[in-house]
Amino acid sequence: MVTTKHTLVALVEDKPGVLNRMASLFRRRNFNIESIAVGHTEQPSLSRMTVVVEGDNAKVEQVRKQLDKVIEVVKIVDITEDEPVARELALLKVKATASTRSEIIQIVDIFRANIVDVSADSLMVEVTGDEEKVDSLLELLRGFGIREIARTGRIALPRGGIAPLLVEEGKKPKQPPKPLPSEAESPPNW
Amino acid sequence: MKKTGAQILCESLIKEGVEVIFGFPGGAVLPLYDAFPQYPQLRHILVRHEQGAAHAADGYARATGKTGVCLATSGPGATNLVTGIANACLDSSPVVAITGQVATPFIGKDAFQEVDITGITLPITKHNHLVLDAKELARVVKEAFYIAQTGRPGPVLIDIPRDVFQQEAEFTYPGKVSLSGYKPTLFGHPSQIKRAAGMINGAEHPVIIAGRGVIISKAFAELRELAEKAQIPVVTTLLGIGCFPEAHVLSFGMLGMHGMAYANKAIDNADVIAAIGMRFDDRATGVVSAFAPQARIVHIDIDPAEIGKNVRVDVPIVGDIKNVLEVLNEQIIPRDHIEWFHQLDQWRREHPAIEIRECEGLLPQYVIRQIYEVTQGDAIIVTGVGQNQMWAAQFFFYDKPNSLISSGGLGTMGFELPAAIGAKVGCPDETVWCIAGDGGFQMTIQELATIAQENIAVKIAIINNGYLGMVRQWQELFYGRRYVHTQLSGPDFVKIAEAYGLAALRVRDKREVTAAIEKAMEHQGPFLIDFIVEPEENVFPIVPPGATLVEALELPRPEIVTPLT
Repeated sequence: MVTTKHTLVALVEDKPGVLNRMASLFRRRNFNIESIAVGHTEQPSLSRMTVVVEGDNAKVEQVRKQLDKVIEVVKIVDITEDEPVARELALLKVKATASTRSEIIQIVDIFRANIVDVSADSLMVEVTGDEEKVDSLLELLRGFGIREIARTGRIALPRGGIAPLLVEEGKKPKQPPKPLPSEAESPPNW
Repeated sequence: MKKTGAQILCESLIKEGVEVIFGFPGGAVLPLYDAFPQYPQLRHILVRHEQGAAHAADGYARATGKTGVCLATSGPGATNLVTGIANACLDSSPVVAITGQVATPFIGKDAFQEVDITGITLPITKHNHLVLDAKELARVVKEAFYIAQTGRPGPVLIDIPRDVFQQEAEFTYPGKVSLSGYKPTLFGHPSQIKRAAGMINGAEHPVIIAGRGVIISKAFAELRELAEKAQIPVVTTLLGIGCFPEAHVLSFGMLGMHGMAYANKAIDNADVIAAIGMRFDDRATGVVSAFAPQARIVHIDIDPAEIGKNVRVDVPIVGDIKNVLEVLNEQIIPRDHIEWFHQLDQWRREHPAIEIRECEGLLPQYVIRQIYEVTQGDAIIVTGVGQNQMWAAQFFFYDKPNSLISSGGLGTMGFELPAAIGAKVGCPDETVWCIAGDGGFQMTIQELATIAQENIAVKIAIINNGYLGMVRQWQELFYGRRYVHTQLSGPDFVKIAEAYGLAALRVRDKREVTAAIEKAMEHQGPFLIDFIVEPEENVFPIVPPGATLVEALELPRPEIVTPLT
């Protein structure tokens, strides 16, 4: 089985306990989360969640279906195939002396990252990009001495006109589920 | 008009058609209990332990198809429900569990009898909700019942703090629910159904495996039409028993670990399997990689997450069984499979699973068979877990739809007695037999008091072999006959029954069995029979752990039973 990293994006209702429900499900079903990122959407009652999971296609599809069963999950799709634009943000605190400072700034410039805080013996670098870019900057700066790192999880959107999580307002479900008959019925027959 | 949270809850339950609540009071739910006298149409049955309430609600739900309701106080009351909720969850039983919670200002303070029950039950409920305002209560109850009984049914827990029961709010019961994240798929995809029909029409060695989904969907007639039209043998899962008449010529019994050898052989040789409302549990499939090696599989289930979870599936159909089969049956071409049935009948002759060996002593299988003979199959059988359960599945013939109630997924010993209470309360006109083992029976034995107090006419047969029989059987077969902590001593169940005020009998001789069962049936009200059976009788066939379905050990030929180590 080929295991790859999959990016799942979900629209979830903004209610207490939703993140807990999803995290609990990952743990219980023995799925591995690489990263998870949550933020608001254009609709006030909905949040968007980006989850990166590693596994073969069948396993990830099972993750997706199980997450879809959580009542507050409005919609969840695997956008890996859509080659989405994926970004993460990292803040790095790097040791800097008078002799290394300018070299660090040069590297940061090459990566089109920013210096966001300067102190006598350190620099804080802000970098945005895909995982590889953040990793390679981190690798280059490691030699100077990294004091602290904060990284967000991946967020992603599919390219082009595709909007897989678009929820049209006022749109009704095609098949309203019917409840089981609750009235006493005649006994079932073969 | 303003009402208290307690009143809102009661009126909402009445709106949902609830007639009975299995519950146990306590501090956090006192305001609710205080309101009950205003609503005499809500029958409250006082259990003796909250686990009994959850199982009773589950048994009620399975017997009636309606949603069962159980109620407990906060803290230990709530945690005592947990086993019953998990049991309902694994067997897709619609249950609404209501728990009291400490008053909102105390939440998170480790207050007296506080427990995070929504956190605890998160992985074992279909949904749960902590209600923090009485204004939400009616909507939450409406949603809970809707979620519990639609799609793949399951338990929903509502946790209500004590002050919310007392808080006043306007009450209007919502007419409908709006849950944008919950829309079960009810109708199968037409092109998948067409593919399935093509596969079934072209099959030479087809088998239907039918599960509890058929019963939940009440698709009895549709399943029968499919089987008869395409002439396909029907094998059922344990929980699928009662979805197809076992007296029918196309019925091929139960599959799995203790399934009929010929049923397992049929699956092993099938070229097309139609799996209907079942979920390929490991007890049903044996070693999953060797399951049905030659078959292409059509899997019909309402839960999309079940499809492809355990076995590879060639044609997935997500939808309500009844709806899917209605469409599928139209596309089935009537045909026969004379050669296949010739082969199947030969296997059936070679592997006669339903035989009771010659024995002077009282055999458990014989007891079950006599209950069948006396009731003529017109009864609801509620079993415990273990040997008694398997014998009840094998030696009673289920000719009546939905006539077996058993804990399948969770395998909960102690389910039998409270679930039988629920079944009898839900179906008072039916004969309900509780088949228990002497081990499991003691796990919820306190519910005899509930039976006595409410005069619930459950007939109880204890298959008493003085052992935790199934575990002992495993120790015998797979652990070198080392019986570690499986022997039980006592108690005297007849005296216990009498102490609770119930009529009871003990039977040791097989010549007394029929008369005892008849006496229990004639008796108005509950009746207990303690059957002292052969202590070391085994359940056969048995597929050993880690083996494939066709590697079952069979009896009756004692010499083949060599201890495996």
